[in-house]
Amino acid sequence: MKLNGNNKNKSLLRFTTAGSVDDGKSTLIGRLLYDSKSIFEDQIDQIVQSGKRLGREELDLSLLTDGLRAEREQGITIDVAYRYFATPSRKFIIADTPGHIQYTRNMVTGASTADLAVILIDARKGVLEQTIRHSYIASLLDIRHVVFCINKMDMVNYNEEVYNKIKADLGRISVKLQIENPDYIPISAKYGDNVVDHSEEMKWYNGKTFLRYIETVEIKKNKNPEHPRFPVQTIIRPHSHEFHDYRGYAGRVASGIFSTGDEIVILPSMQRSKIKSIDLFDRNLQNASAGESVTITLEDEIDVSRGDMFVTPGDLPAISHDIELMVCWFNEKPLNPSGRYIVRNYSNESGCVIKSVDHRVNINTLEKETEDLTVRMNDIARIRIRSSKPLCVDQYKRNNITGSVILIDEVTNETLAAGMVVMSA
Amino acid sequence: MEINNEHLKDLENEAIFVMREVAAQFENKVLLFSGGKDSIVLVHLARKAFWPSKIPFSLLHIDTGHNFEETLHFRDDLAKEFGAELIVRYVQDSIDKGRVTEEQGINASRNKAQSVTLLDAIEELKIDVAIGGGRRDEEKARAKERFFSHRNEFGQWDPKNQRPELWNIFNGRKHMGEHFRVFPISNWTELDVWQYILNEKIKLPELYYTHRRKIFNRNGVFLAWAPFMQLKPNETVIEADVRCRTIGDITCTGVTLSQAQSLEEIVTEIAATRVTERGGRYDDKRSEAAMEDRKKEGYF
Repeated sequence: MKLNGNNKNKSLLRFTTAGSVDDGKSTLIGRLLYDSKSIFEDQIDQIVQSGKRLGREELDLSLLTDGLRAEREQGITIDVAYRYFATPSRKFIIADTPGHIQYTRNMVTGASTADLAVILIDARKGVLEQTIRHSYIASLLDIRHVVFCINKMDMVNYNEEVYNKIKADLGRISVKLQIENPDYIPISAKYGDNVVDHSEEMKWYNGKTFLRYIETVEIKKNKNPEHPRFPVQTIIRPHSHEFHDYRGYAGRVASGIFSTGDEIVILPSMQRSKIKSIDLFDRNLQNASAGESVTITLEDEIDVSRGDMFVTPGDLPAISHDIELMVCWFNEKPLNPSGRYIVRNYSNESGCVIKSVDHRVNINTLEKETEDLTVRMNDIARIRIRSSKPLCVDQYKRNNITGSVILIDEVTNETLAAGMVVMSA
Repeated sequence: MEINNEHLKDLENEAIFVMREVAAQFENKVLLFSGGKDSIVLVHLARKAFWPSKIPFSLLHIDTGHNFEETLHFRDDLAKEFGAELIVRYVQDSIDKGRVTEEQGINASRNKAQSVTLLDAIEELKIDVAIGGGRRDEEKARAKERFFSHRNEFGQWDPKNQRPELWNIFNGRKHMGEHFRVFPISNWTELDVWQYILNEKIKLPELYYTHRRKIFNRNGVFLAWAPFMQLKPNETVIEADVRCRTIGDITCTGVTLSQAQSLEEIVTEIAATRVTERGGRYDDKRSEAAMEDRKKEGYF
């Protein structure tokens, strides 16, 4: 890695890996790091030592990412493990997530910030219930790209027909889940086929290797470039000698572009003002776009709090007490239909009650279940809530920051569910 | 040298966002400051995040008593420069009070004991959040950490029961007596930290730069020699040109042989290196799950 022009505009790709236990996710990541020479010598020593201690015979690459004591002993991934590596053109953040049903919540966690979902399939087994569940989550969380890696091709003799059959099955599921243009790669994580180098055994495959794929896949930022949204995180008031009257609103631009001089509307109060300056440390910026953490000052002295949002006139989100959500429930205690919860939307928080549960999604058939409406751990359901404060939201598919919420237990403080705003017809 | 790293900008934006969330959600806030490069970067990020206000966190240093002199001077100067309140708590005091026993023997270190001093400080000062420079790439157990890591009333970390963290919504709600550890640079790698230091021209303690020092080799790691360290019969002290890649205290900081004379050269060396940063940390070598166990006891 050189520090000269080679590092210009190195982009950042976050991807998550999903699949059933034993599908080989950890081995794939280990193989990727190993073959791209991103693994340090002392780490290799460590896994050789660990492997010996655990009685493993061959170099067990999954030991690289299985970090917790219990996992190393049991050979499964319990929590989300983040791994980092880089090539000259791109830095990667890998969220390696568990395949076990018990840990769906961790998978959703890892997936929520991912640009790409890598879903592994065991070529011997084909599509399983967990494959469908994870594909559904990828679709629900609107992860921009999905690539299906059909793994363990070595165990099916690198047979093209096996690959094609699985590919066809996945194609049908993708249509049903509205996953657009998924990609498919036949691999053997254990032996490295099509991971970094093209496979000698699968000359029938002409697509990209896994590494080439992740290096070149387009990172779609600024989902909603035309709709400026600036949620206020905190107020900056120095009261100092030099900055006596300074009053700045600090936050991270959720979408769109804000410029000095722009007319803005402050929600939910609907007051208006103009942007006086956009500051970052001691610099004045002309513009700030999605992802940038800045401090905005206004021409007028207006009462603005954390949780308020700046938008531009004529381009408002929905402002309502009644919100419809797709939720993924995380907690052992099921959703209480007459329960009171706290709903958190970016920096805005409000009490809320559940108005109704519309249906649950049957992960196997992808059908709507209306008979049993109890929303339990790992269930995905469509619900309506009523909040005590008005919430300013966009549809999740249009804006994943202003369209996402979490539900919190008032008493235990646990995060109970992830919610994505959908709009009624 | 202009380094045009878009990904560094992303990481900086993320870290500033996290720090502002901390400022907004908690009352008694500290930044765990060790004088190491990660905590120095944190202070720098905090300054950017809250400018033109002062940093709304106190700097808390858990002093093992075995620190490099240079680190302590640097710490004091930095606190003064940024107008930040510096709070120091000493492991020696915990030992004197009988709160923790001093380790004996060849590999004795006060590293583990820090956890006790830290938790006592958190309770004494009623701290409800401590910001740390931990990164996920550093070590196995850290790879699983959330940005906002909940600690129970005993200061313990339970890996089986971490709160789900969705998108960039951080739930910092807690009961009295509990606290959070927050890690704004979770997604930064060692190289990212160095490139950022280079980009932003951040000042570092001299230890990070090549200097001449008395060292000895223990189990493949070079350690700095100090009068209080006990040597094994086969260990000899030599003098060499070294720099520190990671700084714990003297008993556990490995030094690297180096000829790098400038920050650019250091960064190039690190980029080409074949051993991880914490590969030079003697405290991690103690057992397979050394970090995990320490975290369960309340370590950083």
